[in-house]
Amino acid sequence: MANPLEQFEIVRMVPLEIAGIDASITNAAIWMMIVITAVTVFLMGGMRRGALVPGRWQSMAELSYEFVASMVRDNVGSEGRAYFPFVFALFMFILGANVTGLIPGAFTVTSHLAVTFAFAAAIFLGVIVIGFARHGLRFFTLFVAPGTPLAFLPLIVILEVISFCTRPITHSVRLFANMTAGHILLKVFGGFVVGLGAAGGIFTVMGVLPLAFNVALTALELLVAVIQAYVFAILTCVYLNDAVNLNH
Amino acid sequence: MEAEAAKLIGAGLATVGMGGAGVGLGLIFGNYLLGAMRNPAAADKQRGNLMFGFAVTEALGIFSFLIALMLLFVEL
Repeated sequence: MANPLEQFEIVRMVPLEIAGIDASITNAAIWMMIVITAVTVFLMGGMRRGALVPGRWQSMAELSYEFVASMVRDNVGSEGRAYFPFVFALFMFILGANVTGLIPGAFTVTSHLAVTFAFAAAIFLGVIVIGFARHGLRFFTLFVAPGTPLAFLPLIVILEVISFCTRPITHSVRLFANMTAGHILLKVFGGFVVGLGAAGGIFTVMGVLPLAFNVALTALELLVAVIQAYVFAILTCVYLNDAVNLNH
Repeated sequence: MEAEAAKLIGAGLATVGMGGAGVGLGLIFGNYLLGAMRNPAAADKQRGNLMFGFAVTEALGIFSFLIALMLLFVEL
């Protein structure tokens, strides 16, 4: 059986070197460019008419805007309007990358920890910078839940700091592991289809079963792709809320 | 014991973690259904929270799957 992990291999398409740094255009980079192009075409093409009563395309573009806008408004509050462009770009890119990866033969950009950790680390650092910029040293009151008895305070603070510092890890690994696991499953069952089909006779007929399962699995993976993009974006809003509105 | 054999056994043991994730998911969806049947009007508004809770709980099951994959396929 072929290795199901080969689909995640990064291949240099156009080898480039800038000042000693490997800046080759890889398959990951090409698919990222495809995702950005698709998202840009979707949004700009949808708003081209700008009619008061939207047509279908414009409706979808406005729906995506309203979805992210209400998410930011509900989770960060009115102070968080400044962060809407960032969360919108983040959500659309991750959604586009997750869904594009389901096209047979495509490369899933977000199935690499390097990509998702870059996002999560940037958000983590951004939250810290925003927190200190807005609240100064009072940002540290984030780790003290209101109403804790004084005896427990050191333990609670240590636990809260540890939980805060594991945020970028869980934030990134959730998306990366979901995408990787889904695509490995798809590849494994695809291998079964090919293997059974090549065996001949009754086995070829039985090959329909893993194929049907793959169809159902692709539907599930589409759901997971959308949900994971939503969860990544909403967790970003929750972390921003911690920094913007110190609720402690 | 050889490292290769230990890795395979470890990968098998890692799948035990997904049981906990299964229990958690059942709790989340079961409670949502209970609440939805008591108060159907309010059920739709909680759909977002349901999906969020599902994804965060599922993540822990996937983390254990990730450990199993790392044990099987990562060459050190």
